[in-house]
Amino acid sequence: MKRFFLYVTLTVGAFVFLYPFVWMLAASLKPEMEIGGFNPFSSHFMLENYRFVLRKIPILRGLGNSLLVSITVTISVVVFGSLVGYALSRLHFRGRDTIFNLALATMMIPAQLTLIPLYTMMVKFGWVNSYFALIVPAMMSSYAVLLFRQFFLSIPQSLIEAARLDGCSDWRILFTIVYPLSKPAIMTVAILTFMGVWNDVLWPLMVIRNPELMTMPLMVTLFTVGGQAESQLGVQLAAAMLLALPVIGAYIFIQRYLIESIASSGMKN
Amino acid sequence: MMQPGEANKFSMRSKAEVKGQVPGQGKSRASPAPRTKDVASDSVGYLMVLPYILHLAVFLGYPLAFAFVLVFHRWNIYSPMKWVGLGNIKLLLTDPLIWRALVNTLYFLLIHIPLQLVIALGLAQLLNQKIRGRAFFRASYFMPVVVSGVVVTILWQQLYATETGLINLLLQRFGLSGIGWLTDRRYAMPAIAIMATWKNVGLYVVLFLVGLQAIPAELYEAAELDGASAWQKFRLITVPMINPTIMLVLVLSTIGGFSLFIEPYVMTGGGPVNSTLSGILYLYKQAFFFGKMGYATTIGFFWAMIIFIIVLLQRRYLETETV
Repeated sequence: MKRFFLYVTLTVGAFVFLYPFVWMLAASLKPEMEIGGFNPFSSHFMLENYRFVLRKIPILRGLGNSLLVSITVTISVVVFGSLVGYALSRLHFRGRDTIFNLALATMMIPAQLTLIPLYTMMVKFGWVNSYFALIVPAMMSSYAVLLFRQFFLSIPQSLIEAARLDGCSDWRILFTIVYPLSKPAIMTVAILTFMGVWNDVLWPLMVIRNPELMTMPLMVTLFTVGGQAESQLGVQLAAAMLLALPVIGAYIFIQRYLIESIASSGMKN
Repeated sequence: MMQPGEANKFSMRSKAEVKGQVPGQGKSRASPAPRTKDVASDSVGYLMVLPYILHLAVFLGYPLAFAFVLVFHRWNIYSPMKWVGLGNIKLLLTDPLIWRALVNTLYFLLIHIPLQLVIALGLAQLLNQKIRGRAFFRASYFMPVVVSGVVVTILWQQLYATETGLINLLLQRFGLSGIGWLTDRRYAMPAIAIMATWKNVGLYVVLFLVGLQAIPAELYEAAELDGASAWQKFRLITVPMINPTIMLVLVLSTIGGFSLFIEPYVMTGGGPVNSTLSGILYLYKQAFFFGKMGYATTIGFFWAMIIFIIVLLQRRYLETETV
């Protein structure tokens, strides 16, 4: 009886978290008049809402922009983060601990503080309405540095010493020994970075006005807020659905990995 | 805090250049003595950290320093900066809207944090047993975490709609009257807090689950032998053991609350009657509607300071001594 109650609670929970998405999908596929109400099914299955969105905004272009920006930033954060992480965990040089403490200190600075000065910098650089503003300021992350450093410290020093005795340079050690052993850390940093950049709206909203360069979440946000959706619920939901689909699709395939990455990174803090 | 960091960065860089020259004379492989190897590592190390240090100096150090300048100026980017002394700070202290935003944020946290802790810990406790389909349940609770905040906001805007929204229809089915979730100033912020809980709670379920699984079973067995009740076990074993996770959830939720932007921006525009105005939304409006970069930076400063103090206080008073 107790177990029955347990399963009922868990199932109700799953329903609460999943059903709104089902409802959103169903509502985006039916006429405006039928959206209110519990019944997700409708007699008139239609794609008109999606056609409307595709006519009004270059959302596929937005998808392309989002992919370009997120992938570039993710690769950069992983590459540079791991280089610094390696230097801070495995090499000896003067000032190493200062750099480590600096990385720790930057984590304490709330982003709100530098938001406006950074924006004025973008204006001075002439980077407003360019991919540079979306990509360059995000290319390095102290969080990635610290996470890689922490992970690399767990690799046995004897492995690295042995490679050194064989005459391996630090670059070769990094590529042939450290990276292959660090897949979990690389995946964690990549997933967290990608999600962070992909979902960000505030920064793109500040630096991009040209629809051709907008990321997908920004495009959908302005579509909803800016009146292009003409207050039609179904159309707004269709736009949101298009934004959600790639993420939900990817999530279904990598959910176990993704959740474990995030769980492990959270605890190291 | 900024100045010494900045000084370090530059001295670091000059050291990097100096060090880079000395062993770079090309005999790092010639002599096998370990001492030389250390020096060789040295130069590579500087090379590896150099891009990071440069990036940090340009995209964090400089804006940080420039923030201190902007606080004392009036500036719309396009015309020359005008020195206003403490003008921005005086304005901030007497600006009713920034205090409104602060009260709104605290109200948000007052609802969001307890809700988050109770639901996340509850679901994590349920999942921390031998059950079938645990991966499925965990994945479904986690789903809103990965989906963009914009999607969640648009979706909940519909769910909260006064006439046609699913939530009011549900309330009416139970014989209650519908609520103007996003149109009534009393309910708009709670509505956003409930939505934020729905969006984030899956993350905290996962974090709590990790914490709960790390508690040794012997502790509970010993307590059972001593005749402890379920509540006593929870209060005297579970809570102290997962204190680090509780702290993490508190800190992350607090920072999240102070970062609220897209939710009010899309759902309410800060209304009704500024009841959902958040600090970041106000900062954004000052910068981009009124072109007040100096004042917006001052708001950013104030906001960063408050986050810092609150997180510090949470650490100080709620973190237990266990490591």
